[in-house]
Amino acid sequence: MSESTSESIVKHTSKTAITMIAFAFIGTALLAYVFEITRAPIEASEAEARLALFKQILPESSYDNNLLKQTIKIAPNELLGNHRPTEANIAILDHKMAAVILEALAHDGYSGDIKLLIAIRADGSISGVRVLAHKETPGLGDYIDVAHSQWIKLFNDESLAKTPAKQWQVKKDGGKFDYMVGATITPRAVVKAVLKAEQYFAMNKEAFFAKPENAISAQAELIQKSKD
Amino acid sequence: MNNIYKEITINGLWKQNTGVVQLLGLCPTLAVTTSAVNGLSLGLATALVMAAANGSVSPVRKLVPSEIRVPVFILVIATLVTVIDMSINAFAHPLHKVLGIFIPLIVVNCIVLARVESFAAKNTTVPSMLDGFMMGSGLMLVLGLLGAIRELVGKGTILSGLDLVFGPSAIPFMWASTDYHGLLLAVLPPGAFLGLGSLIAIRNWIEIRNTAKAKILAPVLNPSLNH
Repeated sequence: MSESTSESIVKHTSKTAITMIAFAFIGTALLAYVFEITRAPIEASEAEARLALFKQILPESSYDNNLLKQTIKIAPNELLGNHRPTEANIAILDHKMAAVILEALAHDGYSGDIKLLIAIRADGSISGVRVLAHKETPGLGDYIDVAHSQWIKLFNDESLAKTPAKQWQVKKDGGKFDYMVGATITPRAVVKAVLKAEQYFAMNKEAFFAKPENAISAQAELIQKSKD
Repeated sequence: MNNIYKEITINGLWKQNTGVVQLLGLCPTLAVTTSAVNGLSLGLATALVMAAANGSVSPVRKLVPSEIRVPVFILVIATLVTVIDMSINAFAHPLHKVLGIFIPLIVVNCIVLARVESFAAKNTTVPSMLDGFMMGSGLMLVLGLLGAIRELVGKGTILSGLDLVFGPSAIPFMWASTDYHGLLLAVLPPGAFLGLGSLIAIRNWIEIRNTAKAKILAPVLNPSLNH
C-alpha cells in the first residue's frame, strides 16, 4: 500500500516537473527567436536616436567621421560625475580633432540624477548641451529639457575663456545664467555640471587631441593618469 | 453563443471594469496617466498582453497540474510581455522611450494573472481571448480618459506626444493651449488619485441612476406587477 502511494507521488512529481520544464523550454525558445529578429532593428533605432541627438548639439558639417565608432573610454571621475566608465565620442574633421561629446551626471538636482550630453569644440567652447534624462518636477524644473524651453541653449558658445569659472552660476547666486523663478536647484545643478565638464575637458585636452584616429587605448590610459 | 460574447464585452468595458470597478492594476493606472497618449499606449499594450495570455493559457489549461498553475501562468505572461517589449523597442522606438520602464511592469499587473486564473483556466480559447481583450480595453479606456483629464488640466494640451506613436503625420490631431499654463497638481501623483476618484464617482453615479430608472420603469413595463 505505502509502496504504491510513494510510487504515485514520484510519478506525480516528475510529471509536474516535466510540465514545468516543457513550458520553460517553449518560453525560452520563443524569447530567443524574438530577440534574434528584433536585435538588428533595436540596435539601428538606438544608433539613429543617438545620432539625431548628436545632430542637435554638433552641426553635421563640423565632422566627417562616424561619431558612433570613434569613442574613448572615460574612467569614473568626479568632474563628470560618472560612477561607471562611459564613452566619449570624438568628432574629427580633416584628420584633426574637431569636438568631443561627453556624458556628464549632475547629482545635485531636485530629484535624482540629471544626465547631460555636452559637445565641446577643440578650442574649449561649447557647441551644445542637451538633457538626456532627468526626474525634475514636471512643469517646474523640467525647463532644462529642450522639449519644454530653450533654456539649455544658453550654454551655446560658452567657454571658460569667455566666462570665468566664478560667473558659472545662476543669476540668483551672482553668476551670469538666467533661471526661472520657483526652480533654482535644477538649473544650479546643470550649470555646475557643465562647468565641471568644461574643466574636465581643459585638464584632459592632450588626451583628446593626441592622434585621434588610433591609439584609443593609449588615450584611455592618459585620461586615467591625468585623473589621478 | 452570441450572448456569451455580449456579456463578456459588457463585463469588461462596464460592469467589471478593471480600472474603476475591480480597481486591479492601480500601479500603472496611477503612474503612467500623465497624458492621454501614455495612458492609451500602455492600456493597449496591456490589452494585447491579456488577450495573448488568455489565448495561450486556455488551450493548455488541461495539461497544467493545479500545483504549478500559477508559476506556469506567470511564465507565459512574462514571456509574452518580453516579446511585446522587444517588439515595441524595435518597431516603435520613441514610444519605447516613453513607456520603457512601465512595459515590464505589465508582468506584475495582477489583473493579467487574475483574468488568466478566473477566466482562461476555465473557458475555451475564443471567449478567453475576448475576455482578456475586453478587460484590457476597459482598462485602456480608463487610462486614456484619466490621462486626457490630467493632461488637459495639468498642461493645457490634448493628445500631446501623439507624433511619438504615429509619426509626424499625427501632429494635426494634437492641440495645445497657448495662454493656459496648467495646474501642476493634476500631473503630479495626487492628480492621479483625484482623477481616478472622480471617474469612480461618475461611474457609480451613472450606475445608480440607471438602477433607479429601471425600478421606476419596471411597473410600466410589467403592468401585472401593479396589483
